[in-house]
Amino acid sequence: MSIWQRHQFFEKHTVWLMVGILIVVAIGGLVEIAPLFWLKSTIEKVQGMRPYTPLELAGRDVYIREGCYLCHSQQIRPMRDEIERYGHYSLAAESMYDHPFQWGSKRTGPDLARVGGKYSDEWHRAHLMDPRSVVPASVMPGYPFLAGERVDDKLIAEHVATNAELGVPYTEAQIKNARIDFRTQANPNSDDVDAFLERWPNAVVRDFDGDPNRVTELDAVIAYLQMLGTLVDFSVYDDQANYR
Amino acid sequence: MAHAATVHENKLMTLEEGIYALFLACLTLACLLVAGKATDTPMSVHGVMGAIMAGAGLFFLIKRYIDRPTAPVPQEIDGLPNYHMGPVRFATLASVFWGVAGFLAGVYIALELAFPHLNFDLSFLNFGRLRPLHTSAVIFAFGGNVLIASSMYVVQRTSRVRMFGEVTPWFVVFGYNAFIIIAATGYLMGVTQSKEYAEPEWYADLWLTLVWVLYLAVFAGTVMRRKESHIYVANWFYLAFIITIAMLHVVNNLTLPVSVFSSKSYIVWPGVQDAMVQWWYGHNAVGFFLTAGFLAIMYYFVPKRAERPVYSYRLSIVHFWALIFLYIWAGPHHLHYTSLPQWASTLGMTFSIMLWMPSWGGMINGLMTLSGAWDKLRTDPVIRMLVVSVAFYGMSTFEGPLMSVRAVNSLSHYTDWTIGHVHSGALGWVGFVSFGAIYCLVPWLWNKKSLYSLKLVNWHFWIATIGIVLYITSMWVSGILQGLMWRAYNSYGFLEYSFIETVEAMHPFYVIRALGGILFLIGALIMAFNVYMTIRAGEAVDVEADATARAPAAA
Repeated sequence: MSIWQRHQFFEKHTVWLMVGILIVVAIGGLVEIAPLFWLKSTIEKVQGMRPYTPLELAGRDVYIREGCYLCHSQQIRPMRDEIERYGHYSLAAESMYDHPFQWGSKRTGPDLARVGGKYSDEWHRAHLMDPRSVVPASVMPGYPFLAGERVDDKLIAEHVATNAELGVPYTEAQIKNARIDFRTQANPNSDDVDAFLERWPNAVVRDFDGDPNRVTELDAVIAYLQMLGTLVDFSVYDDQANYR
Repeated sequence: MAHAATVHENKLMTLEEGIYALFLACLTLACLLVAGKATDTPMSVHGVMGAIMAGAGLFFLIKRYIDRPTAPVPQEIDGLPNYHMGPVRFATLASVFWGVAGFLAGVYIALELAFPHLNFDLSFLNFGRLRPLHTSAVIFAFGGNVLIASSMYVVQRTSRVRMFGEVTPWFVVFGYNAFIIIAATGYLMGVTQSKEYAEPEWYADLWLTLVWVLYLAVFAGTVMRRKESHIYVANWFYLAFIITIAMLHVVNNLTLPVSVFSSKSYIVWPGVQDAMVQWWYGHNAVGFFLTAGFLAIMYYFVPKRAERPVYSYRLSIVHFWALIFLYIWAGPHHLHYTSLPQWASTLGMTFSIMLWMPSWGGMINGLMTLSGAWDKLRTDPVIRMLVVSVAFYGMSTFEGPLMSVRAVNSLSHYTDWTIGHVHSGALGWVGFVSFGAIYCLVPWLWNKKSLYSLKLVNWHFWIATIGIVLYITSMWVSGILQGLMWRAYNSYGFLEYSFIETVEAMHPFYVIRALGGILFLIGALIMAFNVYMTIRAGEAVDVEADATARAPAAA
């Protein structure tokens, strides 16, 4: 019996055709995805990574909501021009607490993986309110509406707890005090700053949006942008040990 | 009416009607509960919209029950299958509407990139919120409705049997379009999970999963009842499309909502694994939604319109299995030089190059079907549209493997070259093969002798073709130019250009691209007018000719 005749079995049996399809399309994904969960070399060993603070997480949610990832990548490739333009190439460890990832696929604007600390808060405020006031040739939309929006923090502890359930290593104290920490990080005059820094050792407390009275979406998104790519301590990073 | 009144007494709801009535009643209440207890504005808006749509569904279901005769719908009339074409008609019209809407959104965001003041500092007009609106409108709303309409048509004709289910096919088309409305309004309000081409949040994803399972039930159920011994080749491709999209959709969208009353959720996959899952999904949305499904359209509509058999049956067998096996591996070519381990992206590149073979095998099978009928290219603009779509398919499936090569990708990635590549496939292949199918379907579905005007089809063809050429050439130039500018060094060993200089250099190409998009949109408007006039004023087929036309399927 030729192979073409044998194939008639699939042409005549709907269920077996469907089973055949499912098996054939399942293989590639299984081989490519499953090993990433158990190959230890997938995530490099680094020092300095910590989960996002509640304010940074809220800022990240604004970043996602406004579709920033559609024009800005967060993934520096290991080529000379990219490293000179943006900094050390991105590591898998740097996005290991990201649900979902924000690597992006297009650079209509520059990469943001290490934008943290490159510009002042004031520059970010001006740029987000009116991009062309600081970069005349920019094609970025303006986001003045972020400054007027007080962040609704009722559910902020639930947001942190949801990430913890997915495996992000938040401590009990970080989840329990999420709402206080959320407000404290944008208010350097708060009495809770010391307790905040104890729970979040390498986070920064600043009045990001220049309005100390309330926590706006502008606060949150600038807090997020200013920490991007700043966590890993590259002075002790051994790229040969993590070669794969 | 007296007759209707007497039969009304012993009319019973079918089990199918009863289940849907109960489900929609519960859903209406559940949506109202969510609307009342929602923790954010978009969720309460969607709760109200969901309640209205579910309530409307319930109303139409009961109205249909009251209006219908007591006896069950006959499966055959005079020995011929009593095809169920109502849902097909609805999905066909929906595809024309969403096509125009999606192209319009595309033109607007193209103009935003050329003239950023068009963002108007308004949240819901921002590029970042409109871009998913555009991609979802063209891929899922336009493309999805074309696929649902054509698959429901083709599976009935090639199986020579009425579609499986009476209410279910209607539930599938309405439910799918309800998903589109929820997704689109969500984007405008900033509801997104930021996974490209899978942006809708958890509740929309759950709803789509339900609709999709029922779609599979309708399709596979119809194939199982077929009166033909063999399953026609187009139906293999439709089955692969429906099954694989179900698998991809579920795995990629696994997510944990912050609360059942919140529109926000967090994806279960972290960082690098999420990137891999996303592009496994993303590239196979191209592979199975935009390719396998539309190849099914090619395998039915090209032979039908050319009145020639498919060129090679054996080639279609090889084409089918090779294509679906290889495509699924191609995803990680989107992640060259990233933090994804290199073994994974190398696999993606290798399989992408192998994929060239089945892709061109399919193209040859489609094009060579015209053997002996090439003269029709000159006389029939619909077949010209179908054939040119297959040619564009060949072009973009050559370009794709090329761009998946790591060295080429180092230049093309992150630039407009990718956007140009996508659009040569989307406008040239998916767009044209869909237009061809719509031009075939409309006279068949509304029992008209022919389209209102073939001349207008010709205008559509040429205007849209010029639009595509402007679009893809401008994106090739801008993409390669920007990629080269990013990596340019001056004689002192410093980077030659700042980033913003490379943005400024894009402006003329963004203007040309928008012009190309406008031409493509004009073409679609011409089509919408032609479809409207065909339905309204087309010459009807007489009943006897209709009976003979209904009899033979294109097996």
